[in-house]
Amino acid sequence: MALLEVRDLTVSFHRRGEPVFTAVDGVSFEVEPGQTVGLVGESGCGKSVTSLAIMGLLPKRGAKVSGSVTFEGTELLRLSDRDMRDRRGRDLGMVFQDPLSSLNPVISIGLQVTEVLERHRGMPRKQAMAEATDLLNKVGIPDPTRRLSEYPHQLSGGMRQRALIAMALACRPRLLIADEPTTALDVTIQAQILALLKELVRDTGTALIMITHDLGVVAGLCDQVNVLYGGRIVERAQRHELFVEPRHPYTHGLLASIPRLDAARGQKLVPIPGSVADNIPWDHACAFAPRCANALDVCRGQTPAEEWHEGRLLRCHNPVEPAADAAAKEDLRV
Amino acid sequence: MTGTKKQRIDALAESTVDKPEDSGVSLAASAWRRLRRNPAFLVGAVITVLFVAVALISPWLAPHDPAARDLADQVVKARNEIPPAQPGHPLGGDPQGRDFLSRLLVGSQQTLMVGVFATLIGLAGGLVLGTLAGALGGWVDSVVMRAVDVMLSVPSLLLAVSISALFARPSQFTVIIAVAIVQIPIFARLLRGSMLAQRGSDHVLAARSLGVRPGAIVFRHMLPNSLGPVIVQATLVLATSIIDAAALSFLGLGNPDDSVPEWGQMLGGSQQVIDSHPALSFWPAGCIIVVALGFTLIGESLRDALDPKNRR
Repeated sequence: MALLEVRDLTVSFHRRGEPVFTAVDGVSFEVEPGQTVGLVGESGCGKSVTSLAIMGLLPKRGAKVSGSVTFEGTELLRLSDRDMRDRRGRDLGMVFQDPLSSLNPVISIGLQVTEVLERHRGMPRKQAMAEATDLLNKVGIPDPTRRLSEYPHQLSGGMRQRALIAMALACRPRLLIADEPTTALDVTIQAQILALLKELVRDTGTALIMITHDLGVVAGLCDQVNVLYGGRIVERAQRHELFVEPRHPYTHGLLASIPRLDAARGQKLVPIPGSVADNIPWDHACAFAPRCANALDVCRGQTPAEEWHEGRLLRCHNPVEPAADAAAKEDLRV
Repeated sequence: MTGTKKQRIDALAESTVDKPEDSGVSLAASAWRRLRRNPAFLVGAVITVLFVAVALISPWLAPHDPAARDLADQVVKARNEIPPAQPGHPLGGDPQGRDFLSRLLVGSQQTLMVGVFATLIGLAGGLVLGTLAGALGGWVDSVVMRAVDVMLSVPSLLLAVSISALFARPSQFTVIIAVAIVQIPIFARLLRGSMLAQRGSDHVLAARSLGVRPGAIVFRHMLPNSLGPVIVQATLVLATSIIDAAALSFLGLGNPDDSVPEWGQMLGGSQQVIDSHPALSFWPAGCIIVVALGFTLIGESLRDALDPKNRR
């Protein structure tokens, strides 16, 4: 049985005086124990809202969540606030994008780490402090005893993110959701944090949902990748298949727009034209059609269905043919 | 040229590296570091410390009993004669023949008491209402904030006068209550605003993602982060409540027993003789202004020091 099963998750925002906005539109995926699953897409595609919906952190007023999120057989969406609170931090952990603003500026790091331990593992303060020292050690923070007495503004960006990872993993959750955990960090620190996450996931057997817009992160970390566009999954494949043979034009475009060291001199990047603002509703068309190089008439008149193509899920009327991508394939094999 | 450029780069590098004195400092500690270097704060602090010290030791400092009519024989009501400055009485007497300097010194006690208690009570009330509104939101927020709006729509002194007038027997206590009630909506509104900002903040979301209980979220994560502007406001309110209290006494809504001196009341008593004896109005008015200025200077420099944008 899958650890987490998301079925037909739909999140829409209802604000007075504004049209209903559907941020996530029938997303389904599964996470097996210990597996690392990527949710990829550009800003506004619904990645973060999906993660907040799984964690039950969306505002009660204004956000309507439907579908089903089962964690180890328990339907999370129907849990009471109290029960969901007990699970957050214990069974499901989350790491956010901006490590500075995600830490409470007026409380020492030590108190913030021990707060979780006291809350979920009922540890007395002293024991929790010892455990917190261990945790900081484990996430690679040097001199943890001193760091525990310091405040967030005294830590470097990388160390803050390490501290947040320590807090999220303090109660050994079986699922960790990392929402763009490296976006606010330097490139070198990014690599360190990714290596740390990889190591922790391997050592503790924690399943990881990696939310990112950075395909480089996905390439290094994820077993399976879901590409989101306009609140729906447009392509799902194992990492290797996705990178070698992107079938959805959007995935293809994302990969083509990555700068590469081995590209010929003077060769231009190929961006995806337009922006998320050009989306059309999924109702009677493909939301990506206005930006798609492969768009046919049918793309503007009929919603593409999710279909399985050779072990991958695809939502496209006119996918990129594998052969057309032979050159890219060669590149990746090197 | 290369030398100066190198120096500039070195200076830049140095400024971006954590200084040793920076390690192990909390927000409060770094705010204090900046405060100490601010001349406005130093002036305010000197005034305030002096004022508090005088208020505390004034019973021993005053050369005469502020209630005793030592110079009553020199008062001639009909000819508008009030005891002038003389040996032993450097500021002369008041219209009742009591030593004016002693009354001025002892009067600082009432002023300090009104200022501190009115601010504390106002702060407490504002904290409760602001926390309720900011933490619970929804209809509680609406109800509290509409009540606050109504109170804020009435000019503060007029509101204080109306509240004092509700009491059958005015006293120093009724002055404190009236002034405190006037301050509550200011504190409540301020706190509610910063609580709302905290509610949507990343670190509160992060705390919720760890399953932290709502009570702990409010009292450990939201409230302490919302207090900065409230603390600043409290020092500023000390000044306004001293002025408001003096105004109430001046208008005759203070303690009717004038054996206990109070600056506003002294000012009111000197009002009829202001053209012949302006010094009797000048001294208490001057004291009120200087003390209010002291608290205001502290409040303003505290606001600058606590501003996160000014850090380091």
